[in-house]
Amino acid sequence: MSSESIALGTVSESARPIGERLHEWVVTVDHKRLGILYILYGLVMLVIGGIEATIMRIQLIVPHNHFVSPQVFNRMFTMHGTTMIFLVAMPILFGFGTYLIPLMIGARDMAFPRLNAFSFWMTAFGGLLLYFSFIGGNGLYGAGNAPDVGWFAYAPLTSRAFSVGHSTDFWTLALLVSGIGSIGTAVNFVATVLCMRCPGMTLGKMPLLAWLNLIMGGMVILAISPLTAAQIMLLIDRYLGGHFFDTQAGGSAVLWMHFFWIFGHPEVYILVIPAFAFASEIIPVFSRKPIFGYPVMVAATVCIGFVSFSVWAHHMFTVGMSSYGNTFFTVTSMVIAVPTGIKIFNWLGTMWGGKIDFKASMLFCAAFLFQFLIAGLTGIMLATSPFDWQLGNSYFVIAHFHYVIVGAILFTIFGAFYYWFPKMSGRMYNEALAKWHFWLFFIGFHLTFDFMHIPGILGMPRRIYTYEPGRGWEIWNLIVTIGVFFQIAGVLVFVVNLLWSLWTGEPAGNDPWDAWTLEWSTSSPPPDYDFATTPVVKSRRPLWDLKHPEDPDWKYE
Amino acid sequence: MRKASTSAPDTEVRQTGQVRSLARKVAGIAVLLAGVLLAATLCFGAPASSSQIPNIFRPDSTPSDSIFRLSLLVLTITGLIFVIVFSLLAYSVVKYRRRGGDDGREPPQVYGSNQVELAWTVIPILIVLVLFLATARVIFSVQDAPKPAGAIEVIAIGHQFWWEFRYPALGVVTANELHVPVSNPANSTPTFLTLLSADTDHSFWVPQLAGKTDLIPNRSNHMWIDPHETGVYLGQCAQYCGTQHAKMLLRVYVDAPEQFRMWVEEQRKPAVMNDAAEEGRRIFETTACVNCHAVTGTVADGHFGPDLTHLMSRDTIASGAAPNTRENLRAWIQQPDSIKPGSLMPAMQLNEKDLEALTAYLETLR
Repeated sequence: MSSESIALGTVSESARPIGERLHEWVVTVDHKRLGILYILYGLVMLVIGGIEATIMRIQLIVPHNHFVSPQVFNRMFTMHGTTMIFLVAMPILFGFGTYLIPLMIGARDMAFPRLNAFSFWMTAFGGLLLYFSFIGGNGLYGAGNAPDVGWFAYAPLTSRAFSVGHSTDFWTLALLVSGIGSIGTAVNFVATVLCMRCPGMTLGKMPLLAWLNLIMGGMVILAISPLTAAQIMLLIDRYLGGHFFDTQAGGSAVLWMHFFWIFGHPEVYILVIPAFAFASEIIPVFSRKPIFGYPVMVAATVCIGFVSFSVWAHHMFTVGMSSYGNTFFTVTSMVIAVPTGIKIFNWLGTMWGGKIDFKASMLFCAAFLFQFLIAGLTGIMLATSPFDWQLGNSYFVIAHFHYVIVGAILFTIFGAFYYWFPKMSGRMYNEALAKWHFWLFFIGFHLTFDFMHIPGILGMPRRIYTYEPGRGWEIWNLIVTIGVFFQIAGVLVFVVNLLWSLWTGEPAGNDPWDAWTLEWSTSSPPPDYDFATTPVVKSRRPLWDLKHPEDPDWKYE
Repeated sequence: MRKASTSAPDTEVRQTGQVRSLARKVAGIAVLLAGVLLAATLCFGAPASSSQIPNIFRPDSTPSDSIFRLSLLVLTITGLIFVIVFSLLAYSVVKYRRRGGDDGREPPQVYGSNQVELAWTVIPILIVLVLFLATARVIFSVQDAPKPAGAIEVIAIGHQFWWEFRYPALGVVTANELHVPVSNPANSTPTFLTLLSADTDHSFWVPQLAGKTDLIPNRSNHMWIDPHETGVYLGQCAQYCGTQHAKMLLRVYVDAPEQFRMWVEEQRKPAVMNDAAEEGRRIFETTACVNCHAVTGTVADGHFGPDLTHLMSRDTIASGAAPNTRENLRAWIQQPDSIKPGSLMPAMQLNEKDLEALTAYLETLR
């Protein structure tokens, strides 16, 4: 096996007309291009979802503010939530998976390249459909435009009696369409990881990223299905006279909650497991040690995958379940903290005794550990169902899950971005700007989400477009909004760094981080065919074996 | 050799630099902790002068108090876990960072340790067991508490965007401001609420009295409170229910037993008929008002909006969105959107004279 790529003469990119080059991006079935499309799509949506969040935070900066009307505010939080989950987090994570899985397991592409392209475009069209509601949502009634039912769209607000016009239909169809894309990608991940590994790479020798995306893929298939079913049932309710969720005709509002959360809670892990995957690749390389307890990491993730399907009703502690129901979901929700805790300890074990190089990626991962620890502990508080009767649906919950989704997932996404940007673009980013990005975003994140816990403790519910003065909420909301501007500044630095480095960055070389997995053995960016010759591996760190022939990993595994 | 001798002082300089930056970091963390403590004092240590500021950590009723006690245990355990894990993280970040004078050699490659893995699996399981047992006790004690003989029964019905309270045993119907008697161990008079919804999902949340419970159409939920102190407790709808979810506010008046008895007495009376407001009454009864509002003893028997029989006994209108004053009543009748945009009360389009008379009539409904 050779770690060097074979240089082939390529047609100069700039020589061809731009229309032809764009056309290639549209018709491509190359996993690398589709991965990049996913990520860019997610980044654009991140900016849109961020603008929606900013509008909400400006509205809440003082009590009785008149920046936007209640109608607009309700649309903003619905679109913000739906966008960030379905059109930002999932596409970006799928994008990294699509780009990296074949490269990390020594394959030339995904198992089903055409399905891969189909899935991306379904997801993309789902997003366009959702945003088309701003134009088309009025329908015949002249009421509403973008959906305003909240991102979990509780019945019966979505019934025709309470949601006139077509805004809810755009929401339903958008999730249905992008859900088909998600299932396609998940099937592809599972098939690719199971069938396309290079010789020598047994399941026990796969990089953790491949393992975790395999588990995530399985979870997507299981979790998106009930969501899709629920969307179809809702459509039947709205247009074919069904009464699944139509409470005015005897339907059940709680049934929708069960359908949504049996999707919704695994979804949290669907998002966070790829984030764990990034941390599991980045932390070892920058600590210069192999991942601590590889088999335990895999087992813990499989365990999380299973248990995550039995915790959904902890979103429903206040809907009047029996005391036995509440007790059951309390215990399952607490139990999931055990494998999650094991993972945190294993990352700490990886850093312990290493020589940690705090490049931007590692900074983001260290912050991830810190923030995910806090998110896990507030999660324990919320799993304690009586405590949840107080904290549920308050700003405390908002702070908690933004700690997960921003503090853990988005931080590791930024870490992953800096880590694999040299591989994807062939150029190095600017490390100083990346550190500015980190610190600005870190400060902004903590200003916003640390202080967001407090109004929840003081009784501020979520999803209110304004609040009464004199309840002790003003100062916290002010601080929270100020934090947003630091986050915006951080993201601006990130975008500038991205664009600047694409044009002027230093050439990265094949392996800028002295890393150990197969993607670093090929050129940056990798050729269309990924590997000129199929690699053969003997351990979890094939490049370590290559670089340290006197002390290879396979002797110990 | 020359290289080694020149690099020695260099390393020293770097180390002092590192010590200084470490000191700066420690100072930063100290400032941060001080800030958090200050925030906590501001937040929780403020004088308990009024119950106007809701706060889950200042319980005034048995259910909220049980939750508070449980939360102290949970906060202590999670706090300890945080301190331990954060210390490990901080230690490894500081101790194992790559030093300036690093020789570039790889650190010892450690692949794992079964003993250590076992330890950090078993210890969390034990912690979870403790937390779970403590939690289960509170779940059952709050949720399955038996209803004593002296309990007041109230049916709370959530509407877009207001609260209807019915006291079936006492024959009282009111809106948005729940009156309950104070309860003390000697003479326990808890209030048991049956929660229903007329339209979408809502949630009843008064943090100092109990955790929240949802009001869901086609379903009856139950909760109870036994406030220990008299006063007004604030809360609001905690489940998104539509455009004006934000102004579906909730006030609970905890009265002394005698006061509560008098309040019930007053509320049971039919509406006052005042000849001076005859014109206003005529307008009320001949316009769309009666389609939604009820006034006992008159033709008005609508149920879509709040019962107005004793409107003036309430401190607020529009579910707590505005104080119950003459100006606000006028504004509410004429232009509800000026107080609560998106509420389901229509603008009544009255001329100035009729508006004046109607407001005067409403003001007689004591």
